[in-house]
Amino acid sequence: MKKLWKGNEAIAEAAVAAGCRYFFGYPITPQNEIPEYLSWRLPEVGGAFIQAESEVSAINMVYGAAGAGARCMTSSSSPGISLKQEGISYIAGAELPCVIVNIMRSGPGLGGIQPAQGDYFQATKGGGHGDYHPIVYAPCSIQEFVDITYSAFDIADKYRTPVMIIGDGMLGQMMEPAEIPPMRDLSTLPDKNDWAACGHSDGIPRIINSLRIEADENEEFNLRLFEKYAVIAQNETKHEYYEIDDAEIVFVAYGSVARICKAAVVELRANGIKAGLIRPITLYPYPTDAVAEVAKKDCVKKFITVEMSMGQMVEDVRLAVNGLKPVEFYGRCGGNVMMPADLVKYVKEGK
Amino acid sequence: MKIVADKPRMLTDTPLHYCPGCAHGIVHKLVAEVLDELGKVDGAIGVVPVGCSVFGYKYFKCDVLEAAHGRAPAVASAIRRVVNPDNMIFTYQGDGDLASIGMAETVHACMRGENITIIFINNGIYGMTGGQMAPTTMPGEKATTCVYGRDPKVNGNPVRMCEMLATLTGPAYIERVSVYDVPHVNKTKAAIKKAFQMQMEKKGLSFIEVVANCPTNYHMTALESMQFVKEKGCEFYPLGVYKDITKEEK
Repeated sequence: MKKLWKGNEAIAEAAVAAGCRYFFGYPITPQNEIPEYLSWRLPEVGGAFIQAESEVSAINMVYGAAGAGARCMTSSSSPGISLKQEGISYIAGAELPCVIVNIMRSGPGLGGIQPAQGDYFQATKGGGHGDYHPIVYAPCSIQEFVDITYSAFDIADKYRTPVMIIGDGMLGQMMEPAEIPPMRDLSTLPDKNDWAACGHSDGIPRIINSLRIEADENEEFNLRLFEKYAVIAQNETKHEYYEIDDAEIVFVAYGSVARICKAAVVELRANGIKAGLIRPITLYPYPTDAVAEVAKKDCVKKFITVEMSMGQMVEDVRLAVNGLKPVEFYGRCGGNVMMPADLVKYVKEGK
Repeated sequence: MKIVADKPRMLTDTPLHYCPGCAHGIVHKLVAEVLDELGKVDGAIGVVPVGCSVFGYKYFKCDVLEAAHGRAPAVASAIRRVVNPDNMIFTYQGDGDLASIGMAETVHACMRGENITIIFINNGIYGMTGGQMAPTTMPGEKATTCVYGRDPKVNGNPVRMCEMLATLTGPAYIERVSVYDVPHVNKTKAAIKKAFQMQMEKKGLSFIEVVANCPTNYHMTALESMQFVKEKGCEFYPLGVYKDITKEEK
């Protein structure tokens, strides 16, 4: 049954439904409803919540709980996600499954608490030190947030990798009807007994570690990690095409901005301009092929990447288009949000 | 034939990488002996730090997580909520890890009164990185980042962790011990045993600080470094029980 859910609370309940029983976080706007909700909800279902002393501590608690085999998550907003990067690198290095939610606000520095998408590079290109990528999802509605959160824990377990879900202050704070999937039967969760350090008594130590001090050993690990990323790219890359068949002007946008672009597409088409949209749902792996396919089409005149940033995803769009068509950028930042009319005007007047 | 001495079951056969004369080997053995004697090796989970004991996972024959620098108490706090309450959880940390970069994690795990045991090796120096000043380097003591000796006016003051943590409500047991001679090794073993026993009884966080040596970075022989620990280290960091809720209960 659909209910009216606030974005952040829907994410929290979807995590519970997915079998997540441990949450570690620290207060920061605009994601506070996630820890607030889980602080009372997790004990109801036999789980635990810790309000950590810092974002750094919270992500290391995730390292501990995930290392002991539990489904666990943390959430934060941009400055807090910066603090978590060291821990995310360790989690990737130790190949631990977990879910991290970033309800983005504007930066740099303390920035502001209004919606933004300035953490694209940080999310998709690794963020912390070393060669690694989390799988990054960018839902555009509360229902999609719920569905992706629900499946994210399975994806994390399947590949033993951190999964990041990014939204913005708008998606976190707004309310929409959404249906939470049924509660997972915990007995159906993956068996982690062969690797999780949960206190074995069979005399075979399970070690959770990212230290590989021999160069050959560490290179071998990095190569294996990237073989895994290739499989992830093959299996998990997701995108949505909207009005793309005959499109001449192609927007590329993710998250809440994609919805603004959809409204602009409708308005442009009402004005006789054939516009369309590519909406990446995974930001890493990036739907490069989906963009490249559209770039090959004769009817396509140009791409316009639209972001609430100074232009970050546009670099991946340019790599995918590979010079076949012009790739322009339209952005607002600092916490400002573009209107559909702004995009219509940009297409019509070029500014 | 009667066996009168044996290697603890909880230690692997991997040769220790520690420098000759370093106290880490002694304390590793004591932790392993105690868990053996308590019958708690099965199910034990260790969390090891960044620093000289970073390779702890090679030596302790139990499940081990290698934590980021200073974060072992946070990692252990999360594990405490996931695993069976009867599983022994311990962190093993040096002074740079526990009292500098991980000060917040240490203090807050103590504030929460987590039912874990923290083994803190205080040798007053960053060993693995080559002898830099630690949060516990004593005034006048030389290090590669205070080459004329620690000057509190320039380098700040060292911290006495047991005294500071004893002001908190959370911890159940806090003791400072040393290993500069056999009687003190035996006292250290007794302290570690009490710490784990209190964890077994779910009494809360136990914190054992071991005033230890670093012959390599003190530029001393093993014996000289132990003499230094006895005369200087234990003078600045007095040994004793700083908190014991079982005594307070009486």
